[in-house]
Amino acid sequence: MGHFASFADFLQMGKHGLYVWLSYGIGLFVILYNILSVYWDRRQFFKQAKRRLKRESKSI
Amino acid sequence: MKIKFPRWFYRLASPRWFYDITSKLLPWFTIIAFLLIVIGTIWGLVFAPADYQQGNSFRIIYIHVPTAILAQSCYMLMAVAGAVGLIWKIKIAHIIAKSCAPIGASMAVLALVTGAIWGKPTWGAWWVWDARLTSMLVLFFLYVGVIALTSAYEHVASGDKAAAVLALVGVVNIPIIKYSVEWWNTLHQGATFKITEKPAMPPDMWIPLLIMIIGFYCFFAVILMSRARTEVLRRENRSDWVKSLVERY
Repeated sequence: MGHFASFADFLQMGKHGLYVWLSYGIGLFVILYNILSVYWDRRQFFKQAKRRLKRESKSI
Repeated sequence: MKIKFPRWFYRLASPRWFYDITSKLLPWFTIIAFLLIVIGTIWGLVFAPADYQQGNSFRIIYIHVPTAILAQSCYMLMAVAGAVGLIWKIKIAHIIAKSCAPIGASMAVLALVTGAIWGKPTWGAWWVWDARLTSMLVLFFLYVGVIALTSAYEHVASGDKAAAVLALVGVVNIPIIKYSVEWWNTLHQGATFKITEKPAMPPDMWIPLLIMIIGFYCFFAVILMSRARTEVLRRENRSDWVKSLVERY
């Protein structure tokens, strides 16, 4: 498989498995965080805006 | 002197126009970002050869360099957008500047953390108070300052102005980051890519890096547009088009 002789070799990354996988794990976490925060932000806006619209239509 | 811009320039500044055009652009950028990052990661992790000195730890470069570059580009965009907002009082410019800050902060953190993890096996230390690392840490604090200032005022426009001024002052830090590896004696290695020279690594190492850099830029574009769109809705919530969007949600 590519540069590595076996899958175990790939996981081990020479002596550097911990460092490489930790970096990629944190990288994935930051990417997912960015994506999720967009969703949360958008959902929160629509919820609040909807509530306000309802309130305003009642008071008129 | 009053400068007159063509009509499209003013349309560009309209929040609603921004909202509409980005809804068409987003899917494309999302697909490209996803493909490039997946290809770059697999190529970098599996097919790139190991470094003859650093072994496999060098594969951290495929996250570290793109995020470090992006953290700085994002800062420049934030400062320029802030300046445009200050000078021409364009709403969308401030919205973009505000949306840049949290993304840039997360990229700066990722660059710092992956740098620390890479530093341990390479230099024998997680952290050294070296010019490159320190100026990058300052970049992170600048982002935090901009985020804090934006939300520190009750009046949105005041927060925008204060944040834009801080962002502009902080631009001084960008050339310091860039040239820190040349001006001071440092542990950090020099730039991987230079416009004037061929990269000092085989194509199997630098092509995936280039793919990752472009992929991260596209990812940044996706998140920036999405964040800015929500901010547009928030600031335009009194207008009819936003109200009708909310009703249909």
